[in-house]
Amino acid sequence: MDASSGIPIERTARPYLIGIVLALILTAIPFWLVYDGALPRETLLMVIATFAVVQIFVHLRFFLHIDFSTTPRENLIALAFAAVLICIMVGGSLWIMFDLYHRMMV
Amino acid sequence: MTLEAMTVSPRDAEKYEEKEFGFWLYLMSDAVIFALLFATYLVMVGNTAGGPTGKELFSLERAAAETLVLLLSSTTFGFAAVALSAGDRSKVLMWLAITVLLGACFIFLEIGEFCGMIQEGAGPERSGFLSAFFTLVGTHGLHVSVGLLWICVMIGQVFFKGLTAPVASRLMRLGLFWHFLDIIWVVIFSVVYLPGVL
Repeated sequence: MDASSGIPIERTARPYLIGIVLALILTAIPFWLVYDGALPRETLLMVIATFAVVQIFVHLRFFLHIDFSTTPRENLIALAFAAVLICIMVGGSLWIMFDLYHRMMV
Repeated sequence: MTLEAMTVSPRDAEKYEEKEFGFWLYLMSDAVIFALLFATYLVMVGNTAGGPTGKELFSLERAAAETLVLLLSSTTFGFAAVALSAGDRSKVLMWLAITVLLGACFIFLEIGEFCGMIQEGAGPERSGFLSAFFTLVGTHGLHVSVGLLWICVMIGQVFFKGLTAPVASRLMRLGLFWHFLDIIWVVIFSVVYLPGVL
């Protein structure tokens, strides 16, 4: 964030180029593994999830320019709060619904 | 004029920073909406009611093509932001136009996918799984469509008003929105398409 104008200044396209190369690699590997289908299902799901999480961080860093030194602190707090909310709501919903599902099956 | 050379009064600068923070809060609440749609999808994914499953409906090639155009469009928007900082108006217009074309390709592919599924009798009314699928992927598609409309409006503003400080501030927020939609798509292909075709 530039202090004088309030509008962030982006001098080079370098972050976007790094971002697109990393994103393409992190996308191509899970797509290829699924296309290939050699790995067992459980392993493949774990690999897909891991690559997705890594890619989210790549997008946040290189496309949205989230940075612990230049991004305003309140933006980081909002991001962290949203992440906690999402974990509670998604994790909690799945826990309740699948627990219910198993109890109904008995 | 480059962004650095632009004179912005401290009051306006503060206003732009506040607007960016407000927009960031909106994006976070939008992320919560998508997270709940993902939770709904994961709960409903097995409820096919004897109808078609993801394995029969999803195309890995189409999902890969959609991913590619959306990733490229995020990068070309980034190039527009760099051209904006350098004060190069014609390059901003060029990269925004390319971004619109790539985004339109994405929407074209998605509409084709939806129409194909509905014609096969796999519309949102067929099963809980398909209701959740159309709601989740459709909400993302709607966001991309609104984003495209917004980019077109900004092309008009850059063309008629030039690269003024308010226009630059709006373009930066539009950039946040556009890159954010890319993150949602990464989760969509990782939760919906890839596990679906397994």
